Amino acid sequence: MFKALHTTGRYLLLMRRTFSIPERMSVYGRQLLKEMEQLGINSIGIVLLISFFIGAVITIQIKLNIESPWMPRWTVGYVTREIMLLEFSSSIMCLILAGKVGSNIASELGTMRITQQIDALDIMGVNSAAFLILPKIVALVLMIPVLVTFSIFAGMIGAFATCWVGGIMTAANLEYGLQYWLTEWYLWSAYIKSFFFAFIIASVSSFFGYTVDGGSIEVGKASTNSVVACSALILFADIILTKLLTGL
Amino acid sequence: MITINHLYKSFDGVEVLTDVNAVFEEGKTNLIIGQSGSGKTVLMKCIVGLLRPDSGELFYGDTNFLTLRKSQQKKLRQKMGMIFQSAALFDSMTVLDNVMFPLNMFSHDTYRDRLRRANACIDRVNLSDATGKYPSELSGGMQKRVAIARSIVLNPRFLFCDEPNSGLDPKTSLVIDDLIHSITQEYNMTTIVNTHDMNSVMAIGEKVIFIHEGVKAWEGTKDTIFTAGNQTLNDFIFASDLFRKVKEVEIMQQEG
Ligand SMILES: Nc1ncnc2c1ncn2[C@@H]1O[C@H](COP(=O)(O)OP(=O)(O)OP(=O)(O)O)[C@@H](O)[C@H]1O
Ligand SMILES: [Mg+2]
Repeated sequence: MFKALHTTGRYLLLMRRTFSIPERMSVYGRQLLKEMEQLGINSIGIVLLISFFIGAVITIQIKLNIESPWMPRWTVGYVTREIMLLEFSSSIMCLILAGKVGSNIASELGTMRITQQIDALDIMGVNSAAFLILPKIVALVLMIPVLVTFSIFAGMIGAFATCWVGGIMTAANLEYGLQYWLTEWYLWSAYIKSFFFAFIIASVSSFFGYTVDGGSIEVGKASTNSVVACSALILFADIILTKLLTGL
Repeated sequence: MITINHLYKSFDGVEVLTDVNAVFEEGKTNLIIGQSGSGKTVLMKCIVGLLRPDSGELFYGDTNFLTLRKSQQKKLRQKMGMIFQSAALFDSMTVLDNVMFPLNMFSHDTYRDRLRRANACIDRVNLSDATGKYPSELSGGMQKRVAIARSIVLNPRFLFCDEPNSGLDPKTSLVIDDLIHSITQEYNMTTIVNTHDMNSVMAIGEKVIFIHEGVKAWEGTKDTIFTAGNQTLNDFIFASDLFRKVKEVEIMQQEG
């Protein structure tokens, strides 16, 4: 318990150093573009892949387990859409990103720490926390709506693929269900949640990487710890945000 | 000129530096020598401000570094260059970008002037054909040279080198030592070099401070180091067979 408080305190102190005015906008801008590519663009592939298959699998499972002659024909499409919007494309996708992006950030910063690259920045008089972490946080928060959008569309395409390729039902029925009674707010809440998750992933994994002390073993540990901590925090934040956003 | 007075530093109750006093002179290469684990790196980190001493004073010229505000410390840091034991180049950047980095961050010159300055520094360390390479594609000696170029690109007043020769062959070590020495004179910098290499001491030891178990045990120059009557210092120097023989020859020459 005491250790958790101590860690939280150190995290907050690091964030205070991170959110300060950049020394030189142009250098930070270039760094931001680089991070947007590395954290955002390079994650599109895995997001598309996983969302496509999850979309397809959900459709098949719903069809198999729920649909019956007594259910209306929109059931499958409607339930698939709600699952994708409400949970998968925001929360579960961010859990996956916590694995990919989080471990990437933690090991990159950890290696920079143990090879004294962070010390070198400090010696130059650069605010190393701001220079290294701020662009990552901003980049991921900017890119996450793009990833969520890609995820939603890939999931829908996956769902249609079960009709076109698997022929488990008619595409028209699925389409009817996907469009049935769409609550626009659910779409917005998916985006709102993902902003929080993006912040958690980028800042928490940066914290674990930036504060590495030791050698390559500690870098490995930091990378694992950051994935675990990010996942736990995302799940926890998910409960709170879902409750707040749905107003239940 | 850098002055330290009564510097103490401990980790978790274990004292690593005890009452260290020293003056590092301008335009000279000041060497800190001592065994592995004697506290050289800790001392240097205290001087550059990566570690905060438990007590003591630290003056850059007339400014007391430890009482400066954060923003003032950052200003002073732009006058410092440091070469780390591991070179510490940014491995996502090319050689040119590494050397350009401090300029991009702090200089108000035009892009062309910055490029010219960076290339001049890369030229100075004889790496003109490696500007487009990444640090992982360079040898250890080349990486150290890039680190030197990066640390002098902003015309620093103070240069710090932590074991610039570790992991290098004797010939390359000499090249690095010469480079540090001549750059120091060129720019009239205050240079501090950590080393346990007696070859470096003999080559560039204009001022030498010997640290033993966190205590300054001796200070002098390369010319007085062989004749110093200090027992721990002698144990350190004459651990190497070569230097024992050198001493015997010197004594023989003096006698005959
Ligand atoms: N961050 C730290 N935490 C705890 N102890 C430390 C820390 N850094 C250094 N020490 C201790 O301080 C002592 C001096 O270490 P230092 O790195 O200064 O040695 P050195 O003279 O530079 O040795 P070398 O020639 O091998 O580089 C060692 O006993 C080391 O264990
Ligand atoms: Mg050392």
